[in-house]
Amino acid sequence: MDTALLIEWLIKSVILLFFGLTGFAYLTLLERRALARIQVRIGPNRAGPWGLLQPLADGIKLIFKEELIPPLADKPLFILSPILTVLPALIIWAVIPWGRQIVIAGREINLYLTDINVGVLYLTAVASIAVYGITLAGWSSNNKYALLGGLRSSAQMVSYELALGLAFLGPIMLAGSMSLVDIVEAQKNLWFVVPQFLGFIIFLLAGLAEVNRAPFDMPEAEQELTAGYHTEYSGMKFALFFMAEYIKMIAISAIAATLFLGGYRLPFIDLPPILDPVVLFIKIFVLVFGMIWVRATLPRLRYDRLMALGWKVLLPLALVNVFITAVIMVFTG
Amino acid sequence: MLTNWLYVGLFIIVALVLPAVTIIVPRFIAPKKPNRIKVDVYECGIETVGEAWVQFKVQYYIFALVFLVFDIETVFLYPWAVAFDKLPLFAVMEGVLFIALLLAGLVYLWRKGVLEWA
Repeated sequence: MDTALLIEWLIKSVILLFFGLTGFAYLTLLERRALARIQVRIGPNRAGPWGLLQPLADGIKLIFKEELIPPLADKPLFILSPILTVLPALIIWAVIPWGRQIVIAGREINLYLTDINVGVLYLTAVASIAVYGITLAGWSSNNKYALLGGLRSSAQMVSYELALGLAFLGPIMLAGSMSLVDIVEAQKNLWFVVPQFLGFIIFLLAGLAEVNRAPFDMPEAEQELTAGYHTEYSGMKFALFFMAEYIKMIAISAIAATLFLGGYRLPFIDLPPILDPVVLFIKIFVLVFGMIWVRATLPRLRYDRLMALGWKVLLPLALVNVFITAVIMVFTG
Repeated sequence: MLTNWLYVGLFIIVALVLPAVTIIVPRFIAPKKPNRIKVDVYECGIETVGEAWVQFKVQYYIFALVFLVFDIETVFLYPWAVAFDKLPLFAVMEGVLFIALLLAGLVYLWRKGVLEWA
């Protein structure tokens, strides 16, 4: 492996992390502003123009906060679990393509970190690691609320993960590949949301549960569990959980855009490759805004209801979806 | 192919910098004045009763078992889906049969009342 490639790759990963962080920071602002607007409030608008410096102010405040670790907590696990939660949210970005190839100074640069041939499998594997972080955070705090939050998180995991895994199958079958670049290229003229509409809906519901967003935010249900699994966390460790949730929101939207909405491509129109990330960004923005909207609109589900939804609605539907897709593909060739 | 995975591995190391920084930096600049009441386990302001590490009846225990089975079966469908275009009709029908079996298993569990909370 030559040095130039290594440097190119390092720059790409730093850019990716930078965008992940900025995205996280401004998503918190966007969510607070949008929620406020929906609830006929104004929202944070004091720090900088339109409150644009609010995330920065929050970050600085959290760094200077005292971090408490309860003496009764399991200290190594207590410190490990925020890391275990945030890391999958970050490394999931390694396989998501955000563009084709561009030429900078005579050098061809792929606008994705890496294109592995089992990309979708990587997504499912990495996305479900975070649940360990949350469950361990709940357990290691030695706090009753936190424990309940952690238990709910694993309950949630066993109910939506199957539907999520099966929803991935539709695009894989249509594209005949697990590489995300291939899947995007296969959607050149027809977004997979059209033949896989059911799969898309299942993916969105399971995806909401995956990132613990309302109406599936039982692990941290403020009204019943104070803050759920991160009750005992303060300062930057709390910020890590927050970061994990928001970066994962963006990641799930990016995955939905890649698998079902044509990724960085527009149908029929051939844009210059330099605009690819912009196209992807717009799709992510629309999906993320949808998530915020859902949070403002729907009440939280009870968690046995979520399990019933996962097992009695989503799982059979997902199986039937794969079944129908297979049969139709056989008949249409 | 292996270099692709090397990229993933290196990206994990680069990504680890972020949580490392956020864990280590506050150690030096955040104030540290713990006292007994402050570090107490939070329980709505009253004194903590007992501890949280108790034996807990997990209602969804049987779900977790079923989940394991179904999850592995889902993973089996992945290679089938990738090779779908190149498979002969016989192999396709086998996959379809497999999904039908999964559905039948689910219906069985449902009828047995496993999908209700005990």
